Amino acid sequence: MTTFIKVGKVSDIPVLGARCVKTPAGTIGVFRTADDQIFAIENRCPHKGGPLSEGIVHGTSVTCPLHNTVVSLTTGLVEGPDGGGVVTIPVEVVDGEIHLDLGRLPVREVA
Amino acid sequence: MRKRLVVIGNGMAPGRALERLFEAAPDAYDVTIFNAEPRVNYDRIMLSPVLSGEKSYEDIIIHDDAWYTSNNVRLLQGKRVTEIDREAKRVTAADGTTADYDKLIIATGSNPFIIPVPGHQLPGVLAYRDLDDVEKMLHGAKTGGRAVVIGGGLLGLEAAAGLKMQGMDVTVLHIMPTLMERQLDPSAGYLLEKAVEDRGIEVICKANTKEILGVDKVEGVKLDDGRIIDATMVVMAVGIRPSVQLAKDAGLTVNRGIVVDDGMRTSDPDIYAVGECVEHDGMVYGLVAPLYEMAAVLADRLVEGAREYKGSQTSTKLKVTGIDLFSAGDFAEADDREEIVLRDAASGVYKRLVLKDNKILGVVLYGDTADGAWYFQMMKDGADIGELRDTLIFGQAFAGASPLDPTAAVAALPADAEICGCNGVCKGRIETAITDKNLKNVDDVRTHTKASASCGSCTGLVEQLLKLTLGDAYNPAGVAAMCKCTDLGHSDVRRLIVAKGLKSIPAVMQELQWKTANGCAKCRPALNYYLVADWPGEYVDDEQSRFINERVHANIQKDGTYSVVPRMWGGVTSSDELRAIADVVDKYEIPTVKVTGGQRIDMLGVKKEDLPAVWADLGKAGFVSGHAYAKGLRTVKTCVGSDWCRFGTQDSTGLGIKLERFLWGAWTPAKVKLAVSGCPRNCAEATCKDIGVVCVDSGYEIHFAGAAGLDIKGTEILCSVPTEAEAIEYIAALTQMYREQGHYLERIYKWAKRIGYDTVRNQIVHDAEKRQGYFERFQHAQKFAQDDPWAARAAKTGGHATEFTPLAEIGTAFPKPEMMEPAE
Ligand code: SRM
Ligand SMILES: Cc1cc2nc3c(=O)[nH]c(=O)nc-3n(C[C@H](O)[C@H](O)[C@H](O)COP(=O)(O)OP(=O)(O)OC[C@H]3O[C@@H](n4cnc5c(N)ncnc54)[C@H](O)[C@@H]3O)c2cc1C
Ligand code: SF4
Ligand code: FES
Repeated sequence: MTTFIKVGKVSDIPVLGARCVKTPAGTIGVFRTADDQIFAIENRCPHKGGPLSEGIVHGTSVTCPLHNTVVSLTTGLVEGPDGGGVVTIPVEVVDGEIHLDLGRLPVREVA
Repeated sequence: MRKRLVVIGNGMAPGRALERLFEAAPDAYDVTIFNAEPRVNYDRIMLSPVLSGEKSYEDIIIHDDAWYTSNNVRLLQGKRVTEIDREAKRVTAADGTTADYDKLIIATGSNPFIIPVPGHQLPGVLAYRDLDDVEKMLHGAKTGGRAVVIGGGLLGLEAAAGLKMQGMDVTVLHIMPTLMERQLDPSAGYLLEKAVEDRGIEVICKANTKEILGVDKVEGVKLDDGRIIDATMVVMAVGIRPSVQLAKDAGLTVNRGIVVDDGMRTSDPDIYAVGECVEHDGMVYGLVAPLYEMAAVLADRLVEGAREYKGSQTSTKLKVTGIDLFSAGDFAEADDREEIVLRDAASGVYKRLVLKDNKILGVVLYGDTADGAWYFQMMKDGADIGELRDTLIFGQAFAGASPLDPTAAVAALPADAEICGCNGVCKGRIETAITDKNLKNVDDVRTHTKASASCGSCTGLVEQLLKLTLGDAYNPAGVAAMCKCTDLGHSDVRRLIVAKGLKSIPAVMQELQWKTANGCAKCRPALNYYLVADWPGEYVDDEQSRFINERVHANIQKDGTYSVVPRMWGGVTSSDELRAIADVVDKYEIPTVKVTGGQRIDMLGVKKEDLPAVWADLGKAGFVSGHAYAKGLRTVKTCVGSDWCRFGTQDSTGLGIKLERFLWGAWTPAKVKLAVSGCPRNCAEATCKDIGVVCVDSGYEIHFAGAAGLDIKGTEILCSVPTEAEAIEYIAALTQMYREQGHYLERIYKWAKRIGYDTVRNQIVHDAEKRQGYFERFQHAQKFAQDDPWAARAAKTGGHATEFTPLAEIGTAFPKPEMMEPAE
């Protein structure tokens, strides 16, 4: 099921930066690229759980602040040979407002 | 017995002739050189980068002492020849030194022309010809003020740009309506004027200097229309005159220059002349390329060869970084000439070709000079451009095979096409050298062929030849690329940022052709640092290009919480400070408090949301950020020193505190840690720090380049100084040198090893002016660096204000109020 929920405005996030959305199922990192695309992924690095939203954003990827794992914002997959990935959350931007599809939260799928 | 060759003058022309001579016949002559300048042969055309600070004198030496020794050349520095006795075949210098010759070379170059207006002899009126002039300018620039440069030609503009980069206000006075009118047509001259003005240099054309004002020294310049321009320095760059007096006195044939035949021989068969002092076929030259052609002929003649010099066509490039300009030939308008002009105002490009009978007579390129060599070659060859005419102005790539591949353009050049104009090196010679001598990078090519070794403007072409010849085996510059976003190494990027005046990350990525849209986590922090360090007060820090620690001014921990380390100057604290820390720890329920290895207190496990409030409370107690997270100054550890310790020789604690207060806030390539010990027992462990001081009875022993982390290495000794003030000055200068040269993440010990410990000592200890320069630049940069980021963050004036709070918190009860229509 899709459940789009408004979480804030595009302008609330710095260009090439990220903010967090806290949910009962864990924290989501919401990222803004140089060309104002918005992506949302699980805020837990597949390596050792580093907060990806604190990483450096480049292109459509983010580098984890703890040990430099690079995660794709579009696919959620780890770049390079190590493999692994995080859940991506569908995003819709309407009139500068960001909506996340919280129906996709990992917990709800499991529950 | 070997024949005796005496050379008068030690400039670039005879230097080249001797090189060629020693290649051909190393043992033919005993060589003695008289040089009025008290130094070895250096690259005069690179004086402008020395003036602007982009290069040092050491960088531009062509022949070092070892060269003279190994070639058995007797170089008499600082000796001006005053007489040539052609009967006795003997020359005599001003101090009475004599030398007998079998063959004599006159290479006295030119003298700068000084307009004899009233006041031209005042102190502060300078010429621009040799290193002494540059040193005077640099000295004058220190006190600031306004420099008036008289002459808007090549030299004048280079001087103006250099003085501007040294921080002076600069006005250029030019007598003609447009700049560089001898090399440029009025359109290009106008574009140039705008570009020069964009750098904050004032340009006044049609300005006729009437008088230089001043009592004991220069105070201003008066124009004939009555205008007065205040000045603390006047540089005259209005032209040169061949230096011919000596030859004239000796009775040689002299017109404008010393007259030579096609074999570079003067009217006396045993006397040759070469360089700017020469007149050949009615022409006098003032650029290096023709002089080097003469030098090659002269060397050949000295070993009984028969090569002939037939005159040269010259081209000009302006060496003001960021301004691309090329001109060659004759571009005056005339009825029998046609011209092709291309203007692209948006990208600031102007190109003009002057043609006659389908041949190129003249070229002016502004903004995009890539095709200069190609046009120049066709011009020299007198090539028929009939077939190319329609697309000629778009350049070689368009005329050749594939317009997208820059190497295709170079591939299309014939083997005898000249690549390096300064040194007259053609494409074939470079290619042969690359394959025969197994050359791998531009530096190798420079060493073996001299191509791109002088003004450097053909470096790009040489690189493309390397690419072409070596294919995939070519690794640009032979250095590791910064990251996958570029082929350039850190050194090149640093150099180009300064040289091209790049002042933002997008500008760097655009100009240096980054391969990714916005870099990666490796290059962005490095670029951000380089820009912060190179453009203090101008560059606006890019938050998003900093690692999280520097972005939020705290160290991220494995669980996503942060640690907070306030500064504890020199490791000294007080009951009030300790109480304030205790209160903060209680109030924010901080789980761990630990004394660090750097003599201060660490509060670990602070939640990100709490950081601003923690800082606000610490700030009230007088604490500032300890930068425990920064590539910057960390701690200055001290011991108790002479205040308490029975062995202490100096106030090591006090000096440590002074150093920390002076250096804090400075961003550096990697972290910088200091320590000051009160005696050689060294309780503060100063001899394994980036910079350390060991106090002794007679003063302060300064150490550098120690390590005690991933690598362990004792320090090197920099020097000893008697006073605290000097210790601080030397240390700040050293820090600045490292800030300007270090690669991002390269600790001082690695940097110093890379460039050589002696290089550091030479610049910081033995060269007082260099040291002063570094020191002043450091002080200047600190004006913009010593803002406590915690105070700013607590007051919500720094960074992204909402950085510390979540964008949204969503409770358990889905769906939430502002739901959208389900997208099916
Ligand atoms: C807190 C402290 C340990 C302690 O509890 O005592 C510490 C903690 C860290 N050190 Fe250290 N180092 C601390 C003193 C040292 C010392 C001792 C000293 O400074 O006298 C050294 C050896 C000296 C040196 O730097 O060469 C030291 C050598 C390192 C290194 C190795 C650096 C190297 O180039 O060899 C790293 C790794 C790095 O920087 O890449 C490092 C990195 C770190 C980091 C930043 C690791 C990280 O990236 O998270 C740790 C941060 C913890 C935190 O959040 O505070 N720490 N670290 C010390 C803080 C000192 C301070 O007051 O600022
Ligand atoms: C700032 C600057 C920038 C330049 N830029 C360029 C450029 O971009 N491209 C280019 O092609 N050219 C450039 N030039 C010109 C180029 O540097 C000269 O053409 C070249 O250096 C001349 O070489 P030379 O050997 O003939 O004479 P010089 O290099 O002038 O050497 C003459 C030497 O002889 C010495 N001497 C003179 N008289 C005596 C005597 N009686 N006894 C003993 N010694 C004596 C002088 O002290 C001097 O050291 C530039 C020049 C300057 C000053
Ligand atoms: S430095 Fe020397 S004087 Fe100072 S504490 Fe150590 S041993 Fe004592
Ligand atoms: S936790 Fe992200 S790289 Fe290790």
